[in-house]
Order: sequence, then structure tokens, then C-alpha cells
Amino acid sequence: MGNIRSQWIGMWTLLKKEVLRFWRVVFQTVASPVITGVLYLMIFSHVLGDRIQVYEGVPYTSFLIPGLIMMSLLQNAFANSSSSLVQSKVMGNIVFLLLTPLSYLQFFIAFLVASILRGVFVGLAIYLVALFYVDLPIEHPFFVISFAILGGGLLGTFGIIAGIWSDRFDQMAAFGNFVIMPLSFLSGVFYSIHSLPPIWQSISKLNPFFYMIDGFRYGFFGQSDISPWVSFFIVSLFFIVLSLIAIRMLKLGYKLRN
Amino acid sequence: MNSAIIFKNVKKSYGKVKAVDGISLTVPEGEFFGLLGPNGAGKSTMINMLAGLAKPSMGSISVMGFDVQTDYQQARHAVGIVPQELVFDPFFNVREMLRFQAGYFGRGKENDAWVDEVIDRLDLRDKASTNMRQLSGGMKRRALIAQALVHRPPVIVLDEPTAGVDVELRQRLWAFIKDLNKEGHTIVLTTHYLEEAEALCNSVAMLRSGKVVASDTTKNLLKKFSSKNLKLRLDLKLNKQLPSNVKRIPHEITGNDYVFELKKIADIAKITESLNAAKIEILDLQAVDTDLENVFLKLTGKEK
Repeated sequence: MGNIRSQWIGMWTLLKKEVLRFWRVVFQTVASPVITGVLYLMIFSHVLGDRIQVYEGVPYTSFLIPGLIMMSLLQNAFANSSSSLVQSKVMGNIVFLLLTPLSYLQFFIAFLVASILRGVFVGLAIYLVALFYVDLPIEHPFFVISFAILGGGLLGTFGIIAGIWSDRFDQMAAFGNFVIMPLSFLSGVFYSIHSLPPIWQSISKLNPFFYMIDGFRYGFFGQSDISPWVSFFIVSLFFIVLSLIAIRMLKLGYKLRN
Repeated sequence: MNSAIIFKNVKKSYGKVKAVDGISLTVPEGEFFGLLGPNGAGKSTMINMLAGLAKPSMGSISVMGFDVQTDYQQARHAVGIVPQELVFDPFFNVREMLRFQAGYFGRGKENDAWVDEVIDRLDLRDKASTNMRQLSGGMKRRALIAQALVHRPPVIVLDEPTAGVDVELRQRLWAFIKDLNKEGHTIVLTTHYLEEAEALCNSVAMLRSGKVVASDTTKNLLKKFSSKNLKLRLDLKLNKQLPSNVKRIPHEITGNDYVFELKKIADIAKITESLNAAKIEILDLQAVDTDLENVFLKLTGKEK
């Protein structure tokens, strides 16, 4: 029993530290992406609000909000685990974690949950601010919550992989600029893929971000480009595959214990 | 006496470089053990393998009976490592950082009193609420030592703990580490300051190119390699040469100072008589004992 308690305290402490790490700089880690999200919302809804309607009976501004929430959630979940790991590696203080009896699974779960929490904080804050602009009912809370957690988990895991792999800040930034940013902008945040030419529709279906945003949006409106269960299955599959890679890297001590 | 640390035929290569080349070493429980060697001798690699930061290419290492790879959790509970670099987490203050570190080892609130005791013993009380970034180098060093102690490990490894530390703090850290040893902790110290190893360590291992070149009690090593030296300041300004029989005795020259390595005390008389006969004036005369530095230089092949 003592051992289980001790293992639990170890993981809980790391989770607490990872959450406090972003909470101490909440203006940078939460307020700043919220402002960016709200600016997107104001500009796009002002420019396109009256001209486009994607779903029957859903104003464009309302359509936009779940996509923006999800995009910010994903980007921030990625940023949390990746920046924490790269910073600790560059500063050298990762050694304090590596010297402890924390197992690779405890390490993984703590970083994963902290990333999900940061993503969800940012998403929730954008949602609350958006409520001042539009009425945004939630038709299927199950899908809203599960896609928020799965999406945050998927990108948190990807952040762990990127953080372990990167030795420098610029390498980590490359993941953000060349992978996360294009995938999130081309995922249907601002449009429905049905408005795209067939070839781009097919390409979009290779993008995991598309399924996260489409499924999340279904939770709000009960309408989506494809079945939310298909999205749920595909996102879960991506999450499992990336988790296995991240866990393997941690187990082997790849780039951490050389 | 039980063994605190055992290295069994440990090898570690980085590509073609053999950082550690077949080291077998045992540190008994309660020992104050020094690991000495020039840069690149393999000291840090040994500590990294002991700490689980690097994996041996061959051989096994155990701490308090736990293999550092197969029983890594128990092994890490048993050892506290003070890293050489002044690394720190810039987001937290000293007390937070120490409580987190204890938490990673599964120690909850019941350990807070011990954390405060460690803070007090290392004179960190005034800085306990200061962010790590704002601490001076010496304070950061103390915080690092505190960090290695929060989970009450029986074995403490200090990698160059007094590098870049002023004399006063060095003395205080020495006293503190000595106390830890008296309380029963096994201490392993790597240092470049041989004077430090001589003053603190009961036994030492000297490393060169990934191999142990000597491992014994400090006393025995000094005895084995001890030689009485005679230090003379000579007035040789009139282009005078040392007499040939004196020249043959192994010696080192620094300016006008000549240090002769004596085989027996009677050599002193022989040297002084020959110098008198050659009319070379002896300005000063001193007998010098061998210190660990001499032994170290002899063994690592770096005699001047």
C-alpha cells in the first residue's frame, strides 16, 4: 500500500509542478492565446459573418467558434509539454526528474494530463468570452468533452515526442510552424471541407486535426462533415499510436538517458 | 561491512571512445570515498551510470544491493546526486523546488519538516522563498545539495561540489558533508581539489582513461607512494652546476627552488656536503612530505 501511495504522490507532484509551471505565467500561456482566438473571431465574423452560412440554421460566427476553441486547445496542449521538456533539457534541470524513481508511465501521464488541462483552460476561456458575442448551445456534451480531452491528449503526446526529440528551441519551433500551424489552418476551422474541390476534400481527410474539429463541432450543432463516431475512432487511433511512440521513447530514455 | 556501491566490470563507450573501460569498484557502507582523475578520466560517466542518466555498455552497477537498471526505482531511492552544473528550474523558489523533489520520490506532506530542516542546515532559510534564478552561485550550490538530500538517501554522490565556491563556503560545505558521513551516510565525492580528497576521504580511487589506476585507503596510498622530499633554495647565480652525484638524485626545479626525492634520510647529509664542497650556498632548507597530489600525478602519469 505504501508503495502505491508513494507512486501516486510521485506522479501527482509532477503533474502539480507542470500545471503550476504554466499557471505561474498565465498571461502568456492562457490569456495570450485567448486574445488571439477572440481576435480571429472578431475579424472573421465581421468580414464573413453575413455572407457565409455553412450549416443550415447556424450563423457563420457560431460555426467559427468551436473550430477556434479546438485550434487553440490543440496548439496550447502541444506547447505545454513540448516547451516544458525542451526548456528543461536546454536549462539542464531535466536531470532532477531523471534522477527520481518516477517510471516512464508516470512521467508520460503527468505531462499528458498537464497538457490537456492547459488546452482545456484556454478552450474554456475562449468559449466563455465567445458567449458574449453569440448564443452557443451544446447539443451533445459527450462529444464536446471527449473531443476536447482526446484532442488535448493527442497534441500533448505529440508535444512530448517533439520535446524529447528537439535539442534546441528552434527545432521545437519548427514543429509548431511547419506541422501544427498548417495542419490546424487547413483542418476546417474556418470552413467546411464540403466547400473545397474534391481533391482537397480527400487531402483534408488525411489531416487528423480535421476529425478533431469536425467531431468537436458536432458536439455543439449536431451537424458535421462526417460522422462524429468515425472522427472519434480516427482521433482515438492517432492518440493510441502517438502515445505508444512517446511511451517507447520514454522507456528507452531516447535522447534523455544517453 | 555491507557494500553501498558496487561496479562490476563496467564499460561504457560513446562510439569509438571508451569513456569507462572495465571498472570494478566497491564502496563500503559508511565510507567517505573519493573519485579522482583528470578531465575525461571517466568520473562523470561513472556517476551518470550510477544515477541512471546513462546506461553501461557492459557490466552492472548496484546501490545498496539494488541494480541501477533492473531495480532502478529502489536504487534511485537509495542515492542522492549533486550534479556538477548549477542547474535549476527558473519557475520556482527554493522551498517549492525541494518539496517537488521530495514529492517525486513519493514523499508527501509528512516530509515537509525534513525539507525545512535541510533548508536550515544549509543556511538557506533566508532564501527559502526566493526564486532559484535570483540566488547567487554559492546559494545555488547549497540548494543543489539540499535537493539531493530531501528523500533521505543513504548514499550521497557529490560531483565536484566545491567547484567555483569561495573558501568560506567550501569550509562550511566540507563540515556539512563530514557531518552527513558521521551520521552514517555513504559519501562519494569527485573532486579536482586533491587537498579536499586528502582532508575528507577515507579511501580513494584514481582514474585514468576510463580505468582505475589505484584504489585504496587514502592513508595506504600516501604510505605506498610516500617519499621524503628535500626542498632547497640554492644560490646558483654564478653559472655554477649541481655536482654530478647530486644531479643524479631525481629532482624538480622551480626558479631557485630544488625539490629532491629522497630514498633515505641519510641522503640529506650527502646532498648538503656535496653542495658545500662545490661552494653552492644553501639559502633555505625544508623537508616536505608527499601529498595526494604527488601520488595522483605519479599514477596518472603527469609528473612535471
